[in-house]
Amino acid sequence: MPEAPQKKKFCRFKKNGIKYLDYKDANFLLKFVNDQGKVLPRRLTGTSLKYQRKVSQAIKRARHIAVLPFTGDSLK
Amino acid sequence: MATKTKSKTAETVVLKDYESVIVFTPVLSEEQLKDAVSKYRKLITDDAGELVHEENWGLTKLAYPIQKKSTGFYVLLEYRSKPDFISKFELAFRRDERIMRYLTVSLDRHAVIYNQRKRNGEFNQGKKDQKQEGAK
Repeated sequence: MPEAPQKKKFCRFKKNGIKYLDYKDANFLLKFVNDQGKVLPRRLTGTSLKYQRKVSQAIKRARHIAVLPFTGDSLK
Repeated sequence: MATKTKSKTAETVVLKDYESVIVFTPVLSEEQLKDAVSKYRKLITDDAGELVHEENWGLTKLAYPIQKKSTGFYVLLEYRSKPDFISKFELAFRRDERIMRYLTVSLDRHAVIYNQRKRNGEFNQGKKDQKQEGAK
């Protein structure tokens, strides 16, 4: 028996018409990582596959230029 | 036929959009940093490229130490250049001991539009919306 969903998830990029993810914007990217700095799965954020790929690419770029940490204990 | 089309593309110089983030060591003085940046600015313009935008973030804290240093001078260069210029440009980065990290990214059209709007300061409103959305 499937549980009633509390709230329908949606892709924030599709909804808001965001076409490009800035890898230099650490505050925005922090929404897509957990407090250890790992990338959050799609099933939690609701991001569509197309934009999840861009999210992960942007996070990896940000890590390379030391805007985001590779690992961390308490980012939030 | 194939050679003909090849020479045609060689005649028309195609410029593509790129963006480089360079992280300089924090031991540089203001003067030295200016010198270093102007060197790369000159490299772009010498090779038939054009500088679109330049941004200096100043001394910024790194998310993790690089070469045992916890801060760095971030410089962002947005430019249009020939695609084969990038390998030369990055070679210069690698040879330069003042540079701790660099990242060159080719920009698609969404990115170009995004950067333009960001420069014009159109994003202060948009960012607020995003924050509210994130808080929900």
